[in-house]
Amino acid sequence: MNILISIKRVAGASGRITLTDDAQAVDARHVGYTLSPHEECAVELAVQTVEAHGGAAAVLSVGVEDVVDQMRDALSVGVGSGVLVEADASTWAPGDVAAAIAEVVADHAAAGTSYDLLLFGNEAADTGDFQVGIAVAHRLGLPCVTGVKAFEVTEAGVTARRDGPDGVEVFELPLPAVLTVRDGAVIPRYPSVPGRIKAKRAPIERLTPTISPVGNGRIRLTVPPEVPSTVEVLGTGADAAVAAVDLFERLGLLSR
Amino acid sequence: MILVLIEAVAGAAAPLSLEAVHFARDLAAKIGAPVEALVVGGAGGDLVGQLGEQGVSRVHHAQADGFDSYSAAAWASALEDRVTALSPQFVLAAASARGNEIVAHLAVRLERPMATNCVTIEPGEQITATRQIWGGAALEELHLEQSPVLLTMASHAAGVEPADQPTVPEVVAFAPELRAGDLVARVVRVEAGEGGGSDLAAARVVVGGGRGVGGADSFDSLLDLAALLGGTLGVSRVVTSQGWRPHHEQVGQTGTRIAPDLYVACGISGAIQHMAGCQSAKTILAINTDAGAPMVAKADYAIIGNLHEVVPAIAAEIRRRTS
Repeated sequence: MNILISIKRVAGASGRITLTDDAQAVDARHVGYTLSPHEECAVELAVQTVEAHGGAAAVLSVGVEDVVDQMRDALSVGVGSGVLVEADASTWAPGDVAAAIAEVVADHAAAGTSYDLLLFGNEAADTGDFQVGIAVAHRLGLPCVTGVKAFEVTEAGVTARRDGPDGVEVFELPLPAVLTVRDGAVIPRYPSVPGRIKAKRAPIERLTPTISPVGNGRIRLTVPPEVPSTVEVLGTGADAAVAAVDLFERLGLLSR
Repeated sequence: MILVLIEAVAGAAAPLSLEAVHFARDLAAKIGAPVEALVVGGAGGDLVGQLGEQGVSRVHHAQADGFDSYSAAAWASALEDRVTALSPQFVLAAASARGNEIVAHLAVRLERPMATNCVTIEPGEQITATRQIWGGAALEELHLEQSPVLLTMASHAAGVEPADQPTVPEVVAFAPELRAGDLVARVVRVEAGEGGGSDLAAARVVVGGGRGVGGADSFDSLLDLAALLGGTLGVSRVVTSQGWRPHHEQVGQTGTRIAPDLYVACGISGAIQHMAGCQSAKTILAINTDAGAPMVAKADYAIIGNLHEVVPAIAAEIRRRTS
């Protein structure tokens, strides 16, 4: 079972966002970088699958050298190797990123390494494009399920589950296949000290893409103006319960 | 013409799809074009009448054996058929799980860009859109190419309001040709499960718990308050990543987006990823020991105090008044 997980390095912002001076990116100087929660879960599911079925997991990212930090995070929890597709992809369209990834997968297959599963996060934590996994699947002629919470490898291929409007939707796919993983079904493990040491020594293949990017059409980023707080403090501690229930009555939420 | 993809649940249009129709109507008024809708598979109930109330002029109804169960690629083939036949200027869907994936399939087939989570569109010689990124904590302005422009609309970017001039839509049935491979990734069965947060998304009251709750066995008073208010429990990502509560209860960018009349946020700091999921709440009451927490600043009302003292006191007061 060979698995390739594609990840994206994103700013670790959790408070109010600040932008770079040219308004083309989020300023991450004070917040650092991280992996998206969806991709952390994709890494965990890949490692669990390799533990159960053998094979190897590799992590891929399209970006500049700095993204190796996030690849090492994946390498420290059981992923075996990395592939860095070196490009400043900040102005690329999702379809450009997909083209670069599909190119690597095809080249690896031609060189004798083919992947049974290609895993992605459900959407990028920053730009929320929802497209890269689907576009890679299309380019490689593979089936694709998005929003996957859990999957199991079977004799016939892979069974994937996701939440749907009527319950848990079950898909049964032949391999190879593309799955985009949604945060939630597993709790990503923390790296161990030996894992971190191993990650530092793990091999990272560096490739230069040959695609011609279309670009994402970005004009600028903006941050919505901060709305001045209009909070009304009802009180302090348990004594405020009366004011809270008065509020619920005004909102028509109490039935007698 | 503007073509809107409609998702139907139990014979009725999904609320997010109706928001997309409303958004399309406003755009249509600017460019002087009709709004038409695509429905795939079963179109029971009064779906067509519902779309008429929204001012839709024509409803395209895709029918084929393959639509018995859901497949994003097959639905995209239905959409592609109408795009080829009708050359719409804009194709819109809700930025739901299905809306995003179906339009993404279409985008890659047509080799066209797609913009997700849009909040505004400015038509013109060069079309510009504004879309939410970072769950709405920032916005991206971007140029889009001409016809067809492929978009998904951010939740609650438009309300659901009937059109000033309702219509009796013409229904056009058609049988799109499905591609080989369209049905490989299809839903083979639906299992009962913890649910996809659908109860949470539709709840009128949500009582939320965050890190401040303290542990898996400390949610009883929040569940009690939720029950008293006829609501449901929602939690922050810290709570699910600690394994205190199941993920389907998570509110936020990677969980469920809620839009209740009242959100009682207990012990939740208010990270942007959480606010992305609760910003559509009509009223927010924050209960927090930290008066400086972002959640308190963003709330309409706040109680400064320990949730384990405040929440039981509120429950007792509700019981006193309603008994």
